[in-house]
Amino acid sequence: MAEEIKEKWSKIARWASKRSLWMVHFCTGCGAIEMPPVMTSRFDMERFGMGSMATPRQADILLITGYLSIKTLKRVVRVYEQMQAPKYVVAFGSCTINGGMYWDSYNTIKDLSKYIPVDLYIAGCMPRPEAIIDAFNKLMEMIDRGEARGWEKYEKYYEKYKRNQEAAFNYKLEEVEEVEEERKGGEK
Amino acid sequence: MVDFSSILALLVEGVLLAALGVLTGILFMGIARKVVARVHNRVGPPVYQSYIDIIKLLTKKTNISHGWIFDLALLFSISGILLTLLFLPIGGIKLLSIHGDLFLVLYLLAIPALGFALGAGASGNPNAGIGVMRALVMMFSYELPFIIAVLAVMIYYDTTSIATIVASQSHMRWAILVPPLLIGALVADMALQGMLMEKPFDIPIAPHEIASGPMVEFGGKYLGTLMLYKATSIVVETTLFVDLFLGGAVVLDPATYGAVAYAVNLVVWFLLILAVFIISVLINTVFPRFRIEQALKFYWSYDTALAILALMWIYFLYI
Repeated sequence: MAEEIKEKWSKIARWASKRSLWMVHFCTGCGAIEMPPVMTSRFDMERFGMGSMATPRQADILLITGYLSIKTLKRVVRVYEQMQAPKYVVAFGSCTINGGMYWDSYNTIKDLSKYIPVDLYIAGCMPRPEAIIDAFNKLMEMIDRGEARGWEKYEKYYEKYKRNQEAAFNYKLEEVEEVEEERKGGEK
Repeated sequence: MVDFSSILALLVEGVLLAALGVLTGILFMGIARKVVARVHNRVGPPVYQSYIDIIKLLTKKTNISHGWIFDLALLFSISGILLTLLFLPIGGIKLLSIHGDLFLVLYLLAIPALGFALGAGASGNPNAGIGVMRALVMMFSYELPFIIAVLAVMIYYDTTSIATIVASQSHMRWAILVPPLLIGALVADMALQGMLMEKPFDIPIAPHEIASGPMVEFGGKYLGTLMLYKATSIVVETTLFVDLFLGGAVVLDPATYGAVAYAVNLVVWFLLILAVFIISVLINTVFPRFRIEQALKFYWSYDTALAILALMWIYFLYI
């Protein structure tokens, strides 16, 4: 009986979490320019209960909109650690997947998921607002099924994430390793 | 001999009234978001969105506290605002009405805001400090014209009891139908805009300047409790306005019509506070934000001048 109630309660919590996603207002790279049409009357993400919040304490989603220089990565990690669980990371644009057009740059990171756990990627350079809305809907489905568990992974592999972050902060990008051994190519 | 059954009845009524106030306030926050969205030509969130937000915030897995003052200050503000709610006649239901309760309510209105300031100060964030300073200056600005307008109402009806003011306005003899009190209502409505922290007076919680000000360190359960406080304060402030200027939403006399009168009066109360709130939200939608010194100037020049005009008009021509 107690188990049943707990299951029901976590279902309600997941539903509320899915229907009220607040983003932290932290824009990196050039992708931020795609956000105003998503927020305003053309696409209106507030339909789904989404909104932008001014501080990481109040936010659920960290949206990484584009390339991250190593200097910005320090701020992103700090913002991510200040957010309250359950929290989700959406990586936006090809720069966060493999570096994109900054693939050979000495001071941008190439694969975001080695530094903080990413729940969802949006491919494209830049993704159109339709793609962003679609990604948010996918994220909602993932939360509903209980699959968006990046914040638990961050607690589990904390040491490895910290080691990668330290290596990047010292500009030793060649020392950065995969966080999860069982991760398959192309699948996330 | 203490009458336990009447105390029990009072407790039950108090809890029901507080629940009604909180739930109505949360609904109003949703309605405000919908109205703003429609003015922007957007679809907007559903009207029950704020209920979902509060459930989400209260079920967050981690909640960062900043010490026991941070925890207790929130209880301080939410209990203060609920107590204020119980002192106001709601649609003719007088729960804790006593003689001279208008003064008491004016004092009680300051307590929850101070509790909120205490909690924000305990978080130690500089943005919160700036927000609290601005909030206190705002209170300081709008209370002067508001109290002069309330004084005009007190002098006109020759009482300091809200219940008596409501009773004097029965049979649709609303205070705003008296010309000087119409000016008083205008002044109080401007003060209400500042109390509700709607634009152009949302200076304390300016999200793009000072990262939502006093709320900057509140997350999870703490922010959820803060939203409950905010929701109740909307109901308290609009109900005070309705009680003073719009006849307290009493259309049917409970002495003649019984329980039906209470139900009708509650519906009228809901519609009247909704109308007052939506006027405030519409002003909010079309205005940008004042700076703090502009707000002080506005309240202490135009608003106070109008309030003094209303007071003198009442004093020289009606008494």
